[in-house]
Order: sequence, then structure tokens, then C-alpha cells
Amino acid sequence: MSSSTLSTVLFAVFVAFTLVLVFRAGRSTKKSSDFYDGGGSFSGFQNGLAIAGDYMSAASFLGIAGTIALFGYDGFLYSIGFLVAWLVALLLIAEPLRNSGRFTMGDVLAFRMRQRPVRGAAATSTMVVSVFYLMAQMVGAGALVSLLLGISDPGAKSWIILGVGVLMIVYVTVGGMKGTTYVQIVKAFLLMIGAILLTFMVLWTFHFNISDLLGAAAENSGKHEAFLQPGLKFGKEVLDPVSGLIDPFKTMISKLDLISLGMALVLGTAGLPHILIRFYTVPTSKDARKSVNWAIGNIGAFYLMTIALGFGAAALLSRTNLFRGYKVDVTGCLMDAKGAAIVDGANACTTLENVGKLSADAKKLLVPVDPSGNVAAPQLAEFLGGGAGTTGGAIMLAVIGAIAFATILAVVAGLTLASSSSFAHDLYANVIKRGNVSPEKEVRVAKISAIVIGLISIVLAIGAQGLNVAFLVAIAFAIAASGNLPAVLYSLFWKKFNTRGAVWAIYGGLATALILLVFSPNVSGAETSLLKLSEVGFRFDYFPLANPGIVSIPFGFLFGWLGTITSNERNTQKYAELEVRSLSGAAIGKAAVH
Amino acid sequence: MESSEQDRVWAETQASPEFQALKRKFRGFAFPLTVAFLAWYFLYVILTAFAREWIATPVIGNINIALILGLLQFASTFLIMWLYERHSSKHLDAASEAIRAKVDKELAK
Repeated sequence: MSSSTLSTVLFAVFVAFTLVLVFRAGRSTKKSSDFYDGGGSFSGFQNGLAIAGDYMSAASFLGIAGTIALFGYDGFLYSIGFLVAWLVALLLIAEPLRNSGRFTMGDVLAFRMRQRPVRGAAATSTMVVSVFYLMAQMVGAGALVSLLLGISDPGAKSWIILGVGVLMIVYVTVGGMKGTTYVQIVKAFLLMIGAILLTFMVLWTFHFNISDLLGAAAENSGKHEAFLQPGLKFGKEVLDPVSGLIDPFKTMISKLDLISLGMALVLGTAGLPHILIRFYTVPTSKDARKSVNWAIGNIGAFYLMTIALGFGAAALLSRTNLFRGYKVDVTGCLMDAKGAAIVDGANACTTLENVGKLSADAKKLLVPVDPSGNVAAPQLAEFLGGGAGTTGGAIMLAVIGAIAFATILAVVAGLTLASSSSFAHDLYANVIKRGNVSPEKEVRVAKISAIVIGLISIVLAIGAQGLNVAFLVAIAFAIAASGNLPAVLYSLFWKKFNTRGAVWAIYGGLATALILLVFSPNVSGAETSLLKLSEVGFRFDYFPLANPGIVSIPFGFLFGWLGTITSNERNTQKYAELEVRSLSGAAIGKAAVH
Repeated sequence: MESSEQDRVWAETQASPEFQALKRKFRGFAFPLTVAFLAWYFLYVILTAFAREWIATPVIGNINIALILGLLQFASTFLIMWLYERHSSKHLDAASEAIRAKVDKELAK
């Protein structure tokens, strides 16, 4: 049996198993509000696993391992930022949020504000963040499948994206929060097992000597010590093309970009709506705290293992094998970065099968299909199982591939749930119907919106297949950190904060982040941009950083402050209620009276 | 209970010395700790950006300062989690539970 068949079988088993869980969860759901919070009856441990399952996306598993495999130390920066971020959630947000909200991020933001504007803003940013994140995961799913199963046809990728999308819609509409939580728990469990297995095998290979592992990775990468130091990917020293000396301005920009990325990573997590609503699935704030503790334990252990996975891949896999293949033109000839067929001596055209016969000079021109290294972890698994073509290798590749699919599926379900909850509870019930709607009707709307949002992201993801997954995730984190985080923190801790402050913080932070992204090198001005400079011939990259956080996060806080002090609205009475509830848990789960 | 009555309960609780003590104990611990871990994290990020030569110094075999600093970020995260859990269970949980019980009883009148 080939690994792709086995992978498909294993994934089908996972899907069947989770579908049973989800349908059972759907049957045991009694109150309609259970759709949002799963009855609020999960334990801290269960929710901690589910949070880990919701949080550790394909970007974590495949992306970080791949980045470390290709760029060495710099990939580790992601692991650190993504973990430390949990302290913001633990110390400032999880407990007060559980105590004062019910179903959505908007519950807390609108607690003492005028409902319609604030809930409208909360729903908007929830859906924008979630849809960008959804697209990233689904594009990742398509890329992963094609790499694992050897499919490069965009049509086949579209079918995969459609399949993932339909499954997530079923999970959410049938199982609601309870079903989604089960899927995330199972996935977290599988992911941990997979990572522990691979880590153990890598360490075994190096006789549990970390220094030897790092040394082998450094040598095999061809970058030597530099591979173990920061600087191969982020904060590079940029040389002036004419003089060959360090260009101080461009170098400074590149280093600021690194700090900006660090900011978005550490401050974005606590503003991600699909993470925030997970705190509502436990009965008390103490359980919310315990869930974060469990989540930090799991996520921390996992990110520590990314060191072994990433450096292990760098040490054990051949550099050319880290990429699954090379770009070919329409006639099937291997091509260079400019799209021209590679001419190797007398050969005007070399096909992919003959890539090994190319001369060393011609090989340098090859363009890897997967320059992000997303397949490093699955390929490492294949290698550790015995290598390509062996039964052990096929089994390991299939297992890790199936876990990676499961990972994506659990995350997209969480995202769909968060955005449909916010649509139904914030936008439909409180903005459109002004609070006059039965809970049953509200949940029906939530399910319909899950289908609609699911379909929209399927279409967007199919259209966005060429986009960089890391870029889409960066947008989501930047918006979450710039708009949501200031609004949530001000809401919980600042007495004077009011409607205008909340609305300005959310829209201001969101708009700043989006505008800076549009005018960044992500979109135009370079060969790696969305609009390739050589293809379109014009550029509008007026903002030099790829990561907007360093500007947009302070702007989010600034807008929130400015909006607050320029409006006379003060709601001391409701703040008394919010403050007492958020710290004590009195009247927990009850809606604020307006 | 009338909504104005409820408002009175919230306002009185907020002004009560027990609640103010709880708030002080929470904020007095969580806020400085947040500042501290963010400062420690950004120090690390800034060092990786600007102190490239120092951070690249090998310490044991191929393990350099950069890797050790990164691992220390993991260690400090686990440590802060443990400290906060200890602080909460010692100083916050009982006090918040008492206030919760009192408020819920008054609201039910």
C-alpha cells in the first residue's frame, strides 16, 4: 500500500471517528445556547486540550518545523512568541472574560456600552480575523495534500479545499461548540503523540545529544554556525547592491520588521476571537485559569519539540529533499525564477524526472515548489521510518500526514464556530433585531451563517491558492492585536472607556493594520509580493515593513484612548457591575441587563 | 429584584473594603508581572535583532546564548504560570468566592 493510500485511509478513520463524536454531541445538546458554549460544562483539563487543539494550527506544526528546517534558529522565534503570548491571556483576560461574558467577544466589549455600534464592530473584526485565518488554513490544506499525495493540479487542490470546508460546516452545524471541542481534543491528543514520536526518534538518532543534533543540522544546511544563530530569515543585514557595504537604513527596517513580528505574535493571541470563546466552555473562572495552565503546558511542550523536529529535518534530510519538487513551465521543462526553461549545456529542456542529471550550475536556477518548507515534518517522518520507498517510511509519512489534516480540520471548525457565533449573537440578535429574538431562532441563524461563512471561505481559499499562508496568518494576528486586544483590555480595566472608544479602537486598529498591509512589500514592490514587480511593473509599497504591528498596535490603543476622552459618555454604574462580576464571578453566565 | 436595586448591590459591593482588597491583590500581582514578562520578552527579541555577535557566542558545544535565551523564555513562561496559580489559589480564589456568594444571595432577594 502506498503512503498516499494509507494516509487517505487513516484520515478517513479520523473523519469517521470525529463525525460519530460530533453527531453524538449534537444529539446530547439540549439547550439551544449550548451551540455557543457547549453547555459550559467542560473541565479545565478538557478545555486546555481543546485550546491547544484550536491554537496549534498547520502553521505551527508544519510551518514552524519547516521554517527551522530551512532557516535554522529564526523559526524558533515563532515558537517563543506563540507561547509567551499565552501569559497575556492567563494574567489579564481568561478569568475576567469568563466571568463577565456569555458567548462572544462582543459580550464583554458591549457590556457597558451602547449595544449596536459596539456589537457591530466586534462582529466585523471577529469575522475579518476569522476569515483570514480560515483562508490561511484552507490554502495550507490544499498545499499539504498536493505535496503529500503528489498532486499539483489546481483543480484537485480545489476539491480538497471544498472537502475540508464541507466537513468543518458539518462539525459546526451538527455538533456546535460541544462537537467542535471533541474534535479539537482528539486532534490535540494525536498531534502531541505524533510530535513526541518524531522527537523521540530524532533524539534517538543523535543519542540524545542536543549539541550533536544542532551541529549536524548546521553542517548539513551548508550555513554552518549561522544556522544556529538568528538572522537567516529575520532582521537581515541588507547590503547595498552597488557598494557591497551594509545599508544602514534598510538593515534597520529589516530589524524593526523582526520586532514588529514579535509584537504581533505576543499580543495577537489574546485577541483571537476563536480562542477567546473557548473560555466560555468551562463553568467558572477558576476552570478558565486551569484550562490556560493546561494549554500552556501542552503548547509549551509542543513548541519545545519543534526544535527537535526542525533541526532534525535540517540535519537528516538532504537539502533538495526538503522541497518536494521544482517549478516547470507549460511544456514540462524545469524553469528558472523568471519563468524561462533552464538551458543546461546542449539541453534546452529538462523534465522533472531528470532533475538529478542537471549540472551544478543549472541546479542553482531551480525554483522549489515549496520554498516555505511546509513538508519538512512529513518528510522527516518518512525518513525516520526508513526512508522513501520503504514500508516503514510509507507508514510514518501517512500517519504524520493524516495528523496534519486533522490539525487543519480542528482549527477551521473552531474558526467557523467563532465567526458564526458572533454573526448570530452580536450582529443578528443584538444589532439587527435589537435583542428581540428567541434563543432557538438565534441558534438557527448561527447555523445558517456557519454554512454561509464556510462557503465564502471555501470560495476565497480556492481563489487565494497562490497566497502565502504565513502572510494570511500574519494579517489575522496583526488585526487581532491592533483592534481586539486594546478594546478587550480597556473594557475590562479602564473605568472611563466608552462606546466611542470601543468602536474607534476596533475599527481604527483594524483599518490601520489592513491599510499598512496593502502598502507593504507583502502586496507590491518585490518578487515575493502578491503582485510580482516583474509581472505588474508598478509598486506602491510605501510602508517598508512586512509586519504592521509595531505601528498598528500602538494606533489601536491610541484610537481607543482618543475615542474615549472625546466622548462624554461614562457608565460608572455598569462599570461597577462589570468590575464586580469580572473579579468575583457573581451572576456568571447571565446577560447584562440593558 | 428591580434593576435599580441590583445596581445598588453592584455599587455597594464595588465600594466594599473586601472587594477593594481583592482588586488590589489581583492587579498588584497581575499588572507588574505582565510588565515584567513583556519587558523580558522584548529584551529577548531586541537582542536577537541587535546583539547578533554576543547572542551567537557558543556556551556548551553547539548550544549558543541565543538558544539558551530562547529556552529561558519557555522556562519563565512556565514559572509565571506556576506563580500566578499559587497566588490565585492562596490569595484570590477564597476572597472572590466569598464576594460571589454574598452578591448572588443579595441579588436573589
